[in-house]
Amino acid sequence: MTALRTETEAVPAASVPSSPEPKRLRLNNWDAKYTPYLIIAPFFLVFGIFGLYPLVYTAWVSLHDWQLIDGNQGFVGLANYVELFSDAKFWNALFNTISLFVLSTVPQLLAALGLAALLDRGLRGRAFWRAGVLLPNVISVAAVALVFAQFFGRDFGIVNFLLGFVGIDPIDWRAETWASHLAVSTMVMWRWTGYNALLYLAAMQSVPKDMYESATLDGASRWRMFWSITVPSIRPTILFTVVTSTIGGLQLFAEPALFDPGFAANNASGGSDRQFQTLVMYMYEKGFRLFDAGYSATIAWMLFLVVLLVAVVNFSLTRRIAGKG
Amino acid sequence: MKNAKAGPLLYGFLVAVLAASVFPLYYSFIVASKDNSVLGEKVPPLFPGGNLVENVTRVFDSVDFWLAMQNSFIVAASVAISNVVLGTLAGFAFARLRFRGRDSLFLVVLGTAMVPTQLGVIPLYMLMSDLDWYGTLQAVIVPVLIGSFAVFWMRQACEETVPHELIEAARVDGCSVLRTFWHVGFPAVRPQAAVLGMFTFMTAWNDFFWPLIVLDPNDSPTVQVALSTLASGYYTDYSLMLAGASLAVLPVIAIFVLLSRQIVGGIMQGAVKG
Repeated sequence: MTALRTETEAVPAASVPSSPEPKRLRLNNWDAKYTPYLIIAPFFLVFGIFGLYPLVYTAWVSLHDWQLIDGNQGFVGLANYVELFSDAKFWNALFNTISLFVLSTVPQLLAALGLAALLDRGLRGRAFWRAGVLLPNVISVAAVALVFAQFFGRDFGIVNFLLGFVGIDPIDWRAETWASHLAVSTMVMWRWTGYNALLYLAAMQSVPKDMYESATLDGASRWRMFWSITVPSIRPTILFTVVTSTIGGLQLFAEPALFDPGFAANNASGGSDRQFQTLVMYMYEKGFRLFDAGYSATIAWMLFLVVLLVAVVNFSLTRRIAGKG
Repeated sequence: MKNAKAGPLLYGFLVAVLAASVFPLYYSFIVASKDNSVLGEKVPPLFPGGNLVENVTRVFDSVDFWLAMQNSFIVAASVAISNVVLGTLAGFAFARLRFRGRDSLFLVVLGTAMVPTQLGVIPLYMLMSDLDWYGTLQAVIVPVLIGSFAVFWMRQACEETVPHELIEAARVDGCSVLRTFWHVGFPAVRPQAAVLGMFTFMTAWNDFFWPLIVLDPNDSPTVQVALSTLASGYYTDYSLMLAGASLAVLPVIAIFVLLSRQIVGGIMQGAVKG
């Protein structure tokens, strides 16, 4: 390490060759011109081969009767899509996906906004609180799902135990659509609220202070300042989190999948009546449990369009809401 | 707003938030230390019991957890090292080298973060089968050898710390691009590279969806895949499941405790500049 350091510092002091030979200069030119492309190439290669190509190829697979094990059985045009549109399980999964997405994202981002505002006050031990809210985000989804599966147990779960104190009868969290959606959304919220709060906090800290000072002089309340100064000022970050949460939230898999104790045995159906099967779970079930790759690719491609559509809608919606002072 | 002093009410509320953050982890450890029969009682346990060792032993008996740990470690370490090396190189290029199309190519890198590549798993799986990689660790390593986050993060680091003058001087001296990187670029960003390495390690350690698909749960599981196996026994054995979960989160918690300040800083920095 010492050797490296010395060499680094010695670089500018080294002598400059007064007239470099033409050959070396050429090499130097080649190096300066092409090496940058060479060293950024791995990213584009990896993304192209393992990210973009499979995604695009999914559209092609969806136009075929394609079995995961037996391979391509021939072109069928839009037959998979026709089947999909009359497939009740698809609509059910679409409904669950949207419902879980709304239930987990809207309260999550609002809570994150509030939490960020609190963390933005002059706190002692800032690093400690920040680390504390981020902690859930580094825990794996699989582990989170197992703990929350216990929390939301019907007979001995801690949530039902606590609800008992306020006189609510035990809820069978896995059996009912709404109950299961609430439980799954709780996991998502637990894992992501703190992370988003830190993003908002970072943005809030770069809002110029004098904006608040003049508003205080005008007698604006704190609540009023929050909505008419803070929120519009951090609009880019809000838009960013809305778009990323949309993309992530519509692709939920691990939380709902592992919420079902029969995940391994029951084709990833998301409950006995598919009450919490998301589109990614349905895609997984069709592709990797039932080996119908063509149909699975059709689900994937439809979900891709849904993600795109909802992301654009949410983007413009948020831009309008957050922009109003 | 910033000047408003924080009162006891605010601290009380933050303590509650913190408790909510930590409680699931604590509870998972509690359940992991209990005999299953205790979990059938009316009042949920709040304090550790004496069955931790027994439950952990049962985890190792039910699934090959050593193998899973080892596999996860190989995967996470390889992905971390590769992201650091390739990400630092690319980040250095985007921050400090001049080449045509640099800025638009970087926008492409940022844009790729928004692409839901998870939806391409069917063809990706077929690709792995063609390569004969099903059930092998390279199937989960190679697709994430370098991610957009690493490029973005290291570009930021180079922008902030690598001095322009040193680069110019090294180039005038006839240092090749790679030598310049190695002697001027890399030494300056070593701390950020270390944080990136830890961050990528955690992400790769936690990955679930793709390993579940392309690895053989009985033959080549990662820790997360082994957890899903534990979760799907004939009857729900919470002590076993949560003993497994507790083991699985230990490495990331260790990293987090050591580096929380840097990780928080990294996320917040990325937020403002991204």
